[in-house]
Amino acid sequence: MLVTEQQRLKDDIGRWVQRYGAQRSALIPVLQEIQAKYSQVSEYAMQEAADHLGIHPVEVYSVVTFYAFLAEAYQGKFVIRLCRTISCDMAGKTRVARQLENDLGITFGQTTKDGKFTLEWANCIGMCDQGPALLVNDHVFTSVTSEKVHDILELCRKSFGPLAVHDNRHEEARQ
Amino acid sequence: MNANRKGLVTFSTIDPDAALRAAVAKTRTEMIAEVTASKLKGRGGAGFPTGVKWNLAAAAKGDAKYVICNADEGEPGTFKDRVILSEVPDLVFAGMTIGGIAIGSAKGIVYLRGEYAYLRAQLEEALARRRAAGLLGPQILSKSVGFDIEIRMGSGAYVCGEETALIESLEGQRGEPRNRPPFPVDTGLGGQPTIVNNVETFACVAAIFAKGAAWFASIGTEKSTGPKLFSVSGDCANPGVYEFPMGITVAELLREVGGEDAKAVQIGGASGRCVPASEFARTISYEDISTGGSVMVFGPQRDMLAVAKNFMEFFVEESCGQCTPCREGNAKLLEGIEMLEEGRCSARYLDELLTLGEVMQNASKCGLGQSSPNAFLSIVSHFQDELMGRTHGPAR
Repeated sequence: MLVTEQQRLKDDIGRWVQRYGAQRSALIPVLQEIQAKYSQVSEYAMQEAADHLGIHPVEVYSVVTFYAFLAEAYQGKFVIRLCRTISCDMAGKTRVARQLENDLGITFGQTTKDGKFTLEWANCIGMCDQGPALLVNDHVFTSVTSEKVHDILELCRKSFGPLAVHDNRHEEARQ
Repeated sequence: MNANRKGLVTFSTIDPDAALRAAVAKTRTEMIAEVTASKLKGRGGAGFPTGVKWNLAAAAKGDAKYVICNADEGEPGTFKDRVILSEVPDLVFAGMTIGGIAIGSAKGIVYLRGEYAYLRAQLEEALARRRAAGLLGPQILSKSVGFDIEIRMGSGAYVCGEETALIESLEGQRGEPRNRPPFPVDTGLGGQPTIVNNVETFACVAAIFAKGAAWFASIGTEKSTGPKLFSVSGDCANPGVYEFPMGITVAELLREVGGEDAKAVQIGGASGRCVPASEFARTISYEDISTGGSVMVFGPQRDMLAVAKNFMEFFVEESCGQCTPCREGNAKLLEGIEMLEEGRCSARYLDELLTLGEVMQNASKCGLGQSSPNAFLSIVSHFQDELMGRTHGPAR
């Protein structure tokens, strides 16, 4: 990692710790911010967060590895999570999954080489009446068909499209 | 969010502000008495009497007290809380505020699951509106009581729907359930008295204060009062969220949603039970089939072993790994299901698996492991014929 990048991460973590408070209960919100901005919680970030909160980095590591939405390894700009629970399964998630793999050239659990897409399974995302359903970052798509997969991916590929940014309206409102 | 709703009692006619006004006109003791009189039980699925919980938290001593709204709706097949939060968030916030005043707490937290991040902005807007209207903040409705609500996000862990795991998560820990007792009502968030209630429970509280405990208790059955929201999915004509009085039979519910030809219904999600057609006359209530509201309909063509396998894969992934019966047991049951699928499971080994399931129900530390074998056990007991001696590998 470049020194300037390290510095940027360090500054960001310092700012987030200040916002959420330098206490253990701030750990997960801080890690969520790191994940959203940097698409991963690297070892360096874990060490930095640990130092700020006065805990051992292993404590941070144990939390990062516990939660499905926090990742040690780099995740793509667009994390696609397809629901695999029974209602979406019965609605035809298998074909959607196959088409996602075909169009992206990766299997579930992998990230595309250009760093744009990560494909993951999700457990029930609460769209059971409108399956198959998937999440692209924070956005939800319902009644997805194998045909619609292409459109969703194209929407992502338009780099300044509506899905490219994290929804941070609530943060702006707070500041 | 195109919910398919019929017979809505909770949603359509309740004014959340009127509920809050009616609540602050009472003393704290009277408020809790009102909840107790309504005989409201927890809508998350466990069915603990809300009035009893609040009374314990109100009586507990602590430097601070907390009100937590459990919006970590992760049970497969459940989406009613998503609909409540997107359509009537004020009902939930009013219910939380009433809870805060009743137990003497100044701080509420909504623990929203990470998968519902897209709801956050509109919830923050609703909170800001309530602050501006004096319904939240240091002086609620110009009285000397204060209460405010913060939203915290989950990070994709089903087990955090368990109340003590949820509290661990809020404290910045892995979401591993604690031993109970002590219960959160005396030793909760930060070791302080805390009430953790489901989204729908808080919405019901607002309804109770707007329309009276007697009105609420007049709906449903003697032991299961009030209306209940059901999240209906699977093989039926009109999936969606429905509101029915407690005590509705499975058959009546199926008629309403257009799923009369079902061969089985999974009630209560992955941790619930599979009800075969022969038992459709049973009622959905705390005294018969208890549920947080998940109803998954399986049509005549469905392979029940595939259903059991899907649920078991879910639990293998979502077990927090802390206690042995759950961590090892779920993996072992999944292995057994795969043997059944391949047609190489002896009747004796199946018996062993059933015994293992019972051990897990008895010996697991939290509700996840205690209920994870339910689906498998009930599918085996009702559809054994369909499961044994398969010759073609996985049926599709």
